[in-house]
Amino acid sequence: MGSGQQTAAVTAFVVVAALGVLAVFPGANLADRPAQQSSLEPVSFVMPEETTPTELADADAELVVSTCSACHSLEYITTQPRGMGEKFWHDQVTKMVKVYGAPIDQTDAEAIGDILANKFG
Amino acid sequence: MTEFDRRLFLAGAGAALLGATTKDTLDTVTLPFGNGTRPLVQMPGKRKMILLTTRPPQLETPFAVFSESLITPNDAFFVRYHLSGLPSEIDPRTFQLKIGGHVNAPLSLSLAELKRDFPVSEIVAVNQCSGNSRGFMNPRVGGGQLGNGAMGNARWRGVALKHLLAKAGLREGARQVTFNGLDNPPTDGVPDFVKALDVDHAIDGEVMVAFAMNGEDLPFLNGYPLRLVVPGHFGTYWVKHLDEITVVDVDFDGYWMKTAYRIPDNDCVCVEPGTKPDKTVPIAGFNVRSFVTSHADGAQVSAARTTELRGIAFSGGDPVRQVLVSTDDGRSWQAARLGEDAGRYSFREWRLGVTLSKGRHAIKVRAQTTGGETQPLTASWQPAGYMRNVVETVQVEAV
Repeated sequence: MGSGQQTAAVTAFVVVAALGVLAVFPGANLADRPAQQSSLEPVSFVMPEETTPTELADADAELVVSTCSACHSLEYITTQPRGMGEKFWHDQVTKMVKVYGAPIDQTDAEAIGDILANKFG
Repeated sequence: MTEFDRRLFLAGAGAALLGATTKDTLDTVTLPFGNGTRPLVQMPGKRKMILLTTRPPQLETPFAVFSESLITPNDAFFVRYHLSGLPSEIDPRTFQLKIGGHVNAPLSLSLAELKRDFPVSEIVAVNQCSGNSRGFMNPRVGGGQLGNGAMGNARWRGVALKHLLAKAGLREGARQVTFNGLDNPPTDGVPDFVKALDVDHAIDGEVMVAFAMNGEDLPFLNGYPLRLVVPGHFGTYWVKHLDEITVVDVDFDGYWMKTAYRIPDNDCVCVEPGTKPDKTVPIAGFNVRSFVTSHADGAQVSAARTTELRGIAFSGGDPVRQVLVSTDDGRSWQAARLGEDAGRYSFREWRLGVTLSKGRHAIKVRAQTTGGETQPLTASWQPAGYMRNVVETVQVEAV
């Protein structure tokens, strides 16, 4: 918010408070309000730094880290509930391959499912 | 949110959180379900928020934010992406919104033209992720393990989609309108994120192409420079970085409509835990919900004086008529006072002063709409973990 807007907002607050108007919202239909400031500068975005979650930082999980992180960060895996069972983890990998077209061969897919089931139950 | 809104709200807010969740630290939050510890991180344009995933970014609003104001501040508004191919730079001087397909005259509009050549309007509306509260599903289901913070209420400013479609001119036989944004799949095999609405819905005058949120440009992570606003509908339809609107003469069958974001096609929108629905339909509008925001679970209050309970309620557009509060675990209920009405798609504040005897009290809150929709007392279940709206309970201890 620019300082001009801030001043305007504070002024509006004082005026409205003095009138004793208690509305929290000025109302939903506000098409006649002046347009807000809008920057014309390009907006850039840099994907934040990722860290390998500790649960996947050991040698056992190397295949998981190198394969899965090609498309998404690894919290997708580590935030899942524990104890979902072996089938759950194999189904997730299958979904990545069949539905999302992840380029993972059958042997690696099996191995990844096993690693995740071993780690997370 | 303007300072104006914040001050007025805080002026009447009274005592806020007396006892926040004790396990939380400056760097982590523990959501109250298994494996629920999450880091708090700061991403561009955002304050510290609950991290679900980094790539693509998914951030949950810390629940205490909902006690601060009825409008969710832009820098605390939840973030949800599906595909990790986010645009790295968006230039508002060259950005174009394309409207084409089954129309008479395809359009390509700059942001300046959009804001200058069409009527601009505003609406206060809640956006909520389909999977908000998924972490509470019992039995648990896979997917984004969210607490209750994948929702927010904002004042959206933009152009009603009906004006854009009228300018382009719908051709005979137009059935649906599809929406695509600048975010892309990480590989060719992943279906692009494209959503669809029926034509009648798209031209209802409420569906909006928004360029501002709470008086400012949309934050990058909430869809800069344009996002679709579909009041009363789940966030999956609120396509971010929207740059392509296409009218089609068929029912769109892209992955994110035909396969993903489906709910059981029955009255309870539920199935027996562990089973799959026979028939599904695309997810659509919100079911009614309400929350206590003034007190976190485990909060302590004084037994000697009145405690003002406060919270929010919202629905898919059928106005919230009544909010009932129980301080005895559901044995008896009292009607709360409803706050200002900012429109049927907004959070509606409720308040109730209660005097609590010494000891622990299970506070429950239950909203009902004008049309009679009410929150269930027991949670239902569906395999994707969408649409949780069971009556919420907060434990408070009076000392």
